[in-house]
Amino acid sequence: MSKLPKKDLLGIKNLSATEILTLLEMAKAEKPKIKNPQLRDDSLKNVSLATLFYENSTRTKLSFLLAGDYLGAITNDLNISTSSVAKGETLIDTGLTLDSMGINIIVIRHSMAGSAQLLAENVSAAVVNGGDGSNEHPTQALLDLFTMWEHKNSFANLKVAILGDIANSRVARSNIFGLTKLGANVTLAGPPTLVSQNMASLGVTVTNNITEAIADADFIMGLRVQLERQKAATFPSLAEYAHFWGLTKEHLQHAKPDAIIMHPGPVNRGVELSTELIDGDRSVIYPQVENGVAIRMAVLKYLALANIGNIGAKKDYVIKFL
Amino acid sequence: MITIKNGRILDPANNIDEILDLTIENGVITQIGKNLPEGLRTGEKSQAINAENMWVVPGLIDMHVHLRDPGYKHKETIKTGTQAAAKGGFTTICAMANTNPVTDNEIVVEYITSKARKEGVVHVLPIGSVTKGMAGQELSAIGEMAAAGICAISEDGKFVENPALLKTAMTYAKMFNLPILSHCEEPRITGSGQIAAGNHAENLGLKGIIPESEEMAVARDIILAKAAKSRLHICHVSTQESLYHIRNAKAKGIAVTAEVTPHHFTLCVEDIPPYDANFKMSPPLRTAADIAALKAALQDGTIDVIATDHAPHHADDKNCEFELAQNGIIGLETAISLSITELIEPKILTPLEWVAKLTVNPAKILGLADKGSLTIGTNADVTIIDPNVEYTIDKNNFASLSKNTPFVGRKTKGKALYTIVAGKIILNAGELIC
Ligand SMILES: [Zn+2]
Repeated sequence: MSKLPKKDLLGIKNLSATEILTLLEMAKAEKPKIKNPQLRDDSLKNVSLATLFYENSTRTKLSFLLAGDYLGAITNDLNISTSSVAKGETLIDTGLTLDSMGINIIVIRHSMAGSAQLLAENVSAAVVNGGDGSNEHPTQALLDLFTMWEHKNSFANLKVAILGDIANSRVARSNIFGLTKLGANVTLAGPPTLVSQNMASLGVTVTNNITEAIADADFIMGLRVQLERQKAATFPSLAEYAHFWGLTKEHLQHAKPDAIIMHPGPVNRGVELSTELIDGDRSVIYPQVENGVAIRMAVLKYLALANIGNIGAKKDYVIKFL
Repeated sequence: MITIKNGRILDPANNIDEILDLTIENGVITQIGKNLPEGLRTGEKSQAINAENMWVVPGLIDMHVHLRDPGYKHKETIKTGTQAAAKGGFTTICAMANTNPVTDNEIVVEYITSKARKEGVVHVLPIGSVTKGMAGQELSAIGEMAAAGICAISEDGKFVENPALLKTAMTYAKMFNLPILSHCEEPRITGSGQIAAGNHAENLGLKGIIPESEEMAVARDIILAKAAKSRLHICHVSTQESLYHIRNAKAKGIAVTAEVTPHHFTLCVEDIPPYDANFKMSPPLRTAADIAALKAALQDGTIDVIATDHAPHHADDKNCEFELAQNGIIGLETAISLSITELIEPKILTPLEWVAKLTVNPAKILGLADKGSLTIGTNADVTIIDPNVEYTIDKNNFASLSKNTPFVGRKTKGKALYTIVAGKIILNAGELIC
């Protein structure tokens, strides 16, 4: 296995195809530990992890914390809303505070693009981007890629349709970077107010026609629609959104017969996807959640390996378990 | 007495571009000619400056500067701001109104002018705001400020959103012959945009600013100026379509003028390193095509003025989340070198054409009869530039209190060696002496 040299995981755009595939292989090795407590280990013993979430997200935060716990790390959640932000502390100062307390890995979620990079440039801890504004959400993309890889074992010529609020979606952006690096074809579709034609510059096809988007698709990914977007007048109502953009069973005749439905969650039933599809046998929404823990275990090990010495991870430990 | 020997005199107001000598006595330009004696006519202390291979130009005027006093002395004081001006070859700077308190009444104007007299080393001309507190509701005390010495009114940094109010201000300002300097940007179109819309914004996940947020504001303000029959100056033009509107307006005889900043003709959006807030400004850096259009507009006269939009900010205002970072960069000390490197070396402008955009043109727009030329008998504001010296921009050499610029480390050519303000040498052989 190649040594992964990066201090931080800031985005998929900074990773090579080889690095992505390495992480998927690592996740595959970690996955059995999730549902089988006997297999869990302490390969990240003594490594300390803190989640620093400036936006609410119970599931992503829990997924990171459990990934750390299953590998024996010391995990902590900073309850941001009641601590530093209320006191007006800057992100850099909060990061340096965590550094001073000996935190080795910081997982940050923040509403502004570039915030993970800013933190990473200013702390010695390894930084994982848990979502920064509309920029990237690399572990979500990695878990999506992992899920596709489990099904197809390859990305060459896969067709992936991403539907919905693309313009504001870090999930879409990270998936676009990952899928295009791995050779898949990506089509984006949504109302023109939520899908910018500029995104074609990222090497994808952009359309405002749902049928065209899912034609011959291997994977169809619905994105969560935020109610705030309705307030920002990008569409008139959730009902109208659902009418034109909600994916139903009828749409699927245009996709490949074995097309798989994905969603990063939490899903608005009957809006992005019909209940029938969510609960149907083509949906992998819950396997995605499980894969999220596996990917985050892989990412934590990846960073421990990259930062051996720096973060005090014991080389024997990490390598032994890789 | 100062005798400047053998310099290339560039005085667009008098259409002079020739190797000549120039003398200054008692703060006034007294002679321009060949082989002037370094005479000691009055027994006054005499100094000769050898200006061979240098340009001798009217003291530069920067009509768009943010001094941060009152309100933000940790970013710039009138002392450091005017020192930066002198170091950059400027003898007159116009101070924008977005101070704290806002320059919206004669008391603030008096504060700035009296402080400039005490600690300033170049001329400072305050600009008054259009509306009280720049809140866009009621007119500032425009007449009172005119009497106290403002040179223009401007809401710079903000856009007067209410068109009826702006038209009223334009109409009222005519009584005092004050131009309106307009920061043209429809904020509801800019929204939460951070950098110019396009591939780079998509790649960084930053919200894009479309050029139309500037262009519709330029078009609107031109329409209002036409209706008010007033003088409109468009600040920091940055897009092709804005130029189209300005060019048309000029062809129709509407009294509109325009400026460009050195950063907008030097850098494009793709030059922004990921999330580096030293490249964040308003208007944002645009495209290579916009740069080409700006250069063409400098050539054909659609753009009358080069102004820096010097906007000092403390390191803490830039070393943070890109979205939270303040807009703007310092510009006084890099204007000459960026102009020479980007405009004169590539022969976009002749030296004489370039000098006009920093001297006689802004002087005309602002109604400064005694500035912007080397006319004999006028105030001796003179700048001597070495156009050939090559160097790398170093943030440790700035006189400005702030260091926020994207140009650190850039290789450039040309700098001011002497800045003479009312006959007094402020910058001597590249060193500030006050
Ligand atoms: Zn402005």
